[in-house]
Amino acid sequence: MVESSKISTVGGDLNDFTRNEAGEISPTIENFFRYCSERKLMAVRCEQCETIHLPPRPFCSKCYSSNLEWFKLKGKGKLLTYSIVHVPPPQFETIAPYAVGVVKLEEGVNLPGVIKLKDMKNLNIGIELIVDFETLPFESWLGRTRYYFKEP
Amino acid sequence: MLMNKVALIGAGMTRFHHSLHKDKSSRELFVEAFLECLDSVDKSISHKDIDALFISATASEFFEHQSHIACLLSDWTGLNPIPATRIEAACASSSAALEIGVFAIASGMYDIVLVGGVEKMTTLEVDEMTYALMSGLDHPYECILGVSNPGLYAMMANAYFEKYDSSWEELTSISIKNHHNASMNPKAHFQSEIMDIAKKISQKKGLKFDNEMDFLKSPTNPYIAHPLRLFDCSPVSDGASAILLASSKKAKKFTDTPVYVTGLGHTSGTMSLHDRRDLTSIPASVEAGNRAYKMAKIESKDIDFAMVHDCFTPAEIIATEDLGFFPRGEGGKAAIEGRTRINGEKSINTDGGLKAKGHPIAATGTAMSYEVWKQLRGEADKRQVNNAEIGLIHNVGASGGTAIVQIFRR
Repeated sequence: MVESSKISTVGGDLNDFTRNEAGEISPTIENFFRYCSERKLMAVRCEQCETIHLPPRPFCSKCYSSNLEWFKLKGKGKLLTYSIVHVPPPQFETIAPYAVGVVKLEEGVNLPGVIKLKDMKNLNIGIELIVDFETLPFESWLGRTRYYFKEP
Repeated sequence: MLMNKVALIGAGMTRFHHSLHKDKSSRELFVEAFLECLDSVDKSISHKDIDALFISATASEFFEHQSHIACLLSDWTGLNPIPATRIEAACASSSAALEIGVFAIASGMYDIVLVGGVEKMTTLEVDEMTYALMSGLDHPYECILGVSNPGLYAMMANAYFEKYDSSWEELTSISIKNHHNASMNPKAHFQSEIMDIAKKISQKKGLKFDNEMDFLKSPTNPYIAHPLRLFDCSPVSDGASAILLASSKKAKKFTDTPVYVTGLGHTSGTMSLHDRRDLTSIPASVEAGNRAYKMAKIESKDIDFAMVHDCFTPAEIIATEDLGFFPRGEGGKAAIEGRTRINGEKSINTDGGLKAKGHPIAATGTAMSYEVWKQLRGEADKRQVNNAEIGLIHNVGASGGTAIVQIFRR
């Protein structure tokens, strides 16, 4: 078992975005989570075919163009499906049971995440959700900030 | 297309179990499967006849702090100095190993190849095991969000219920049937009907269950990832399985009743569930099925029986639709109507499936072909499908990043 505390952050300083030769922020997973630590939910869009990639990836898997630009998602969407996890991995034992789901964002792409509602009885397919950010209770190679979904 | 025809000439597996193998590590488990595999060869075979080993262990780094396991298993099976290579594709690992073994023979490089898989899972507690298996998911977008493997299939189940206006009750037809089939399988983890388990528990705890549904709906069957309960999930088992492959030319030297590999379909899909348009189907399974049918020059209706990847009960329903056995939205109804029972319209998971036979991750793929081998040779005893001529296996890696479909004939 790899203890969560022993997983090192490969990206170094969380605020220090990695950049390409032109000085643009690279379309990497680590940079996605660096943006999260600035409370921004970001995706990349292919400048050639306009496909949105979430998570970001180095080149467009539709048209193979490497011209991708970061943009900020509105962070609003509808719940496509969900589950309530009762038997979690060790890192999540203190918060179980907790809800997870797949949300279809207004921009048309899906994103999975934890869902927190004031009254969990309202958890239903189709409900509207917005993104917020929180500090992870454990360290991972992606830093300690993660996004989650809540009611508007 | 394969340049040369390839046949199964032997098959072996350990019983899958959570406590029987406490004293065995991966190597002893695989040796046990290997020895049965050798014994199963009708006209006997020698270690020296075997040219290469392709072996799977999915997460031995987590379970036993053991990588580089292929040469270790070659050594322990007495096969050194043959080349030994580990193949990993999460839960679809050993069917991937079988496929590579087929390629190695079809290329003309080797005549006889041993393939198989082993997983020693019970070294970890359930929560740690859950985390180990989550290494097969998209780490930053599923794992660190706390989405577990059962959580992903639970989300598919809820999406399915919403789309087809069905409910959890439909899933119980899968676990009830698969426990029934496993009750006739000496290799299965659970060899009892769900009602027999319910009776045992009720005696122990002073409870009363009127029928299976009464038991399955009770707190005795707790939620793992809502709406999936304990009896919707495959158990944690230790086990190993092994298959001997031969070129069709050599096969006749070893057996008069070989089983031929006639269709191979292996595809990749998005690692993340969220990246798929439809959450009620596994696109990689559909494509793997189509490729295997095309290569075998048959259609889904020609399949007599199938082992499908029921790691969680909704997975069996979705699989029987993805493979074209039943129309969309009707897989669950077909199971309720008994159409997937042994000698029903399409016999599904005659060995008890992952649900009741057990699911030692990397041992599962070649354990599916072990059952196909038994069925096609008429050696499946009480589980025997009448006139079984064409069998299929469907093996999925995690939530569908990998899908493998293989078709076998007498």
